[in-house]
Amino acid sequence: MRGIVGYGAYVPYFRLERAAITSALGTPAGKGARAVASYDEDTTTMGVEAARRALSGAPAGSVPDLLYFATADPAYLDKTNACAIHAALDLPGSTLAVDVGGAVRSGIGALRAALDASVPALAVLSDIRTGLPGSSDESNGGDAAAAFLFGGEDGQPVLAEVIGHASSTDEFLDRWRTPGDPYSKLWEERFGEHAYAPQVAAAWADALKAAGLTAGQVDVTILTGVHPRSVRAAARTLGAATESFADDLSATVGTSGTAHAGLMLADALDRCEPDTVIAVVVLADGASVFLLRTTSALAGHTSTPTVGEQIASGNTGLSYETFLTWRGFLRREPPRRPDPDPPAAPPSMRHEAWKFGFRASRCEECGTRHLPPGRVCLKCGAVDHMQDERLVDVPATVATFTLDRLAFTLSPPLVGAVIDFDGGGRFRGEITDCDPATIRIGTRLTMTFRRVSTGLNGVHNYFWKARPVHEGVTKSDGGMI
Amino acid sequence: MASRGIRDRVAVVGMGCTKFGERWNKGADDLLIDAAGDALASAGMQRDDIDAFWLGTMGSGISGLTLSRPLRIDYRPVSRLENMCATGSDAFRNACYAVASGAFDVAMAIGVEKLKDGGFSGLVITTPPEDGTSGELTAPALFSLLAPAYAQKYGVDEAELKEVFTRIAWKNHRNGALNPRAQFRKEVPKDTIACSPIMAGSLGIFDCSGVSDGSAAAIVVRAEDAHRYTDKPLYVKGMSMISGPATGAIDPAYDYTTFKECVVAANDAYAQAGVTDPRGELAMAEVHDCFTPTELILMEDLGFADRGTAWKEALAGTFDLDGDLPVNPDGGLKAFGHPIGASGLRMLFECWLQLRGEAGERQIGTIAHGRKLALTHNLGGSPGECVCYVSVVGSEPSA
Repeated sequence: MRGIVGYGAYVPYFRLERAAITSALGTPAGKGARAVASYDEDTTTMGVEAARRALSGAPAGSVPDLLYFATADPAYLDKTNACAIHAALDLPGSTLAVDVGGAVRSGIGALRAALDASVPALAVLSDIRTGLPGSSDESNGGDAAAAFLFGGEDGQPVLAEVIGHASSTDEFLDRWRTPGDPYSKLWEERFGEHAYAPQVAAAWADALKAAGLTAGQVDVTILTGVHPRSVRAAARTLGAATESFADDLSATVGTSGTAHAGLMLADALDRCEPDTVIAVVVLADGASVFLLRTTSALAGHTSTPTVGEQIASGNTGLSYETFLTWRGFLRREPPRRPDPDPPAAPPSMRHEAWKFGFRASRCEECGTRHLPPGRVCLKCGAVDHMQDERLVDVPATVATFTLDRLAFTLSPPLVGAVIDFDGGGRFRGEITDCDPATIRIGTRLTMTFRRVSTGLNGVHNYFWKARPVHEGVTKSDGGMI
Repeated sequence: MASRGIRDRVAVVGMGCTKFGERWNKGADDLLIDAAGDALASAGMQRDDIDAFWLGTMGSGISGLTLSRPLRIDYRPVSRLENMCATGSDAFRNACYAVASGAFDVAMAIGVEKLKDGGFSGLVITTPPEDGTSGELTAPALFSLLAPAYAQKYGVDEAELKEVFTRIAWKNHRNGALNPRAQFRKEVPKDTIACSPIMAGSLGIFDCSGVSDGSAAAIVVRAEDAHRYTDKPLYVKGMSMISGPATGAIDPAYDYTTFKECVVAANDAYAQAGVTDPRGELAMAEVHDCFTPTELILMEDLGFADRGTAWKEALAGTFDLDGDLPVNPDGGLKAFGHPIGASGLRMLFECWLQLRGEAGERQIGTIAHGRKLALTHNLGGSPGECVCYVSVVGSEPSA
């Protein structure tokens, strides 16, 4: 039986309240808040976070042979973004990692490819959504990632089995973005409704038929797409019970494009009991439907943290001006400091296990941990008696810290900290996703994969930062960020 | 560490130092020509009397040509070296060893830095291609890590500690106001210092040293030849240059309240010089006050104050111009400015003036009271990973 054996989602820490757009621009932007990828995140780093959670929730020893990374906002073209995810997950070289990006629909493609594979396959869906200031893409979009590990043939417990799926494909013009443009353009809305309606009907009917179900037998309906008017129309025509429709997270996250069906599915799996029929319906340049049935293995299982917990622990102190700055729509005066040097290719490759895998070394003679890994022990001087040790999931504590107001960053002040890991080892690095005023000696931290900077040559510098362990809703008490 | 030293085997017989500051009308070439010329004049020498040159610069030129081209040096050995903020001092150390070894009779150590052509605020260091994992913290941020650690370890209130930093900056600006070569020549009220814009942690702009252009030079000969050139030579008593294992940032045992490199270098230099009570024997000290917390902690590392007490001594005025042990009588990096490659030799220049009684209105009283030794100190890098230099020089050969 093949299905989902592990899943995880990532909702970034910051929220933009739509009222902030309304008050800045004077045009109504709706209610609620949207999730915002931080200045040091991109679709690759968010994908890493979601995939870490998917793998940590999967049965021990689950290693995907395939990794499909889908996004409509790739950090690189021509170069495979999935390779950075592969490296940050510390996957073996024999795992094929590929991008299937470009369009929102590629998210469904990645899920289908991972499902159809005959080996353990990881689908990572990630997106950063925005549009021109004042656009509905800006206010209704949201940033998030989700990841699903498919498998089960080798007797691994499957959390949800795929019992039917169908798609309908057609060429029509709804939304488009020329490569290099920072926002998408849309055709007139009513035409899209005309184009999508038959697509949804066909895929829905075919999927139900494949699963041998009727619309009334669907317990949870996940409905999303790139064309809100058609999504609303589909809700009326599918025939699924009204109470079956899952919260579309528009009030709390926004619609996260390529990732959104995955995010909603992760949220549903967090909440569902065994033997629940879930329908996933996605409208994007056609329509696709997946029908899943949860299994007894889901009893008591959630992702960690759950989607709901992540939504609840966001920081709503983000100002609209900062949001525009982070997304590149507001160019601000940089500090009178040189641009950060981009990482060089050969040292980055030599130190891949450290830079991407966050592998430290532990002295086999005296047990001292070294970050970054070194060949000579700082304590006993032993040479080349080191054991690799991956520390991404080891909690840490602030030993001392500083707020650097001179450093080059899109989000001053840069929070620098000396970080001591549980079980030994010290690392001097950066703290992200925090209100700087709340950092103290003793603050507990976890590691997160980030885009530290981008060089003038376009090379992204990926590395790990620390973030405070967020619990419950936080609101910046240092004022707007 | 076995370190024999070269006590009293070489002497400084001539020195020069340019005005430090924003020298928009002078390039590194000009600064070198000026400092070298002043040093030669003070020793009564000509350029061709120098047998070999050691040039210290962090980034204002590469190779010996940086010096030999502007001075039109007549086919002589010129070594160019870099050792972060200890660059100028290390050039001096190598020149001393060259003369002590007998390889040369006369050597010049010269340091230069032209920082203000860079176009940026603060110091910019070019690093080799890297993997992008070494972090983006600026120098003030790295040194600001000392403040909360010191406050916590010794139970000092952070606001009180800020007063200590303010007083250190105030003292150095006060000294610099008396120094015609200093970058900043005005006393600065404590309120202005305390309320200056924050750069990192608790450090404001007035807690940071001046970014500056400048050059300084020294001429070294064998001690027995010194009186051929001057009646008042400076004898080199001890020099120690220490590079640490750079484990502070990765070893949880390091607590950010000391520079072990400086403790080791000071003990080594004192042993070479025969100094057993630095607080009581030294007439003055020129220390590396790159940021105000650095000077505070150095008072303990160099043995001028007991652990956990330097903050009280600083407040009490122990290290003022008229205090028990004047520290940075020329204004220090804070007021004199910090052209990296020149700074170590600039410190030696103040020892030269003070021990010879030529420091004018900032002449310290400790020398009249019979003290004949002075200390210079540099620190390059950041807390937990640095290089350190300590020297002791004196106005009389040992008995």
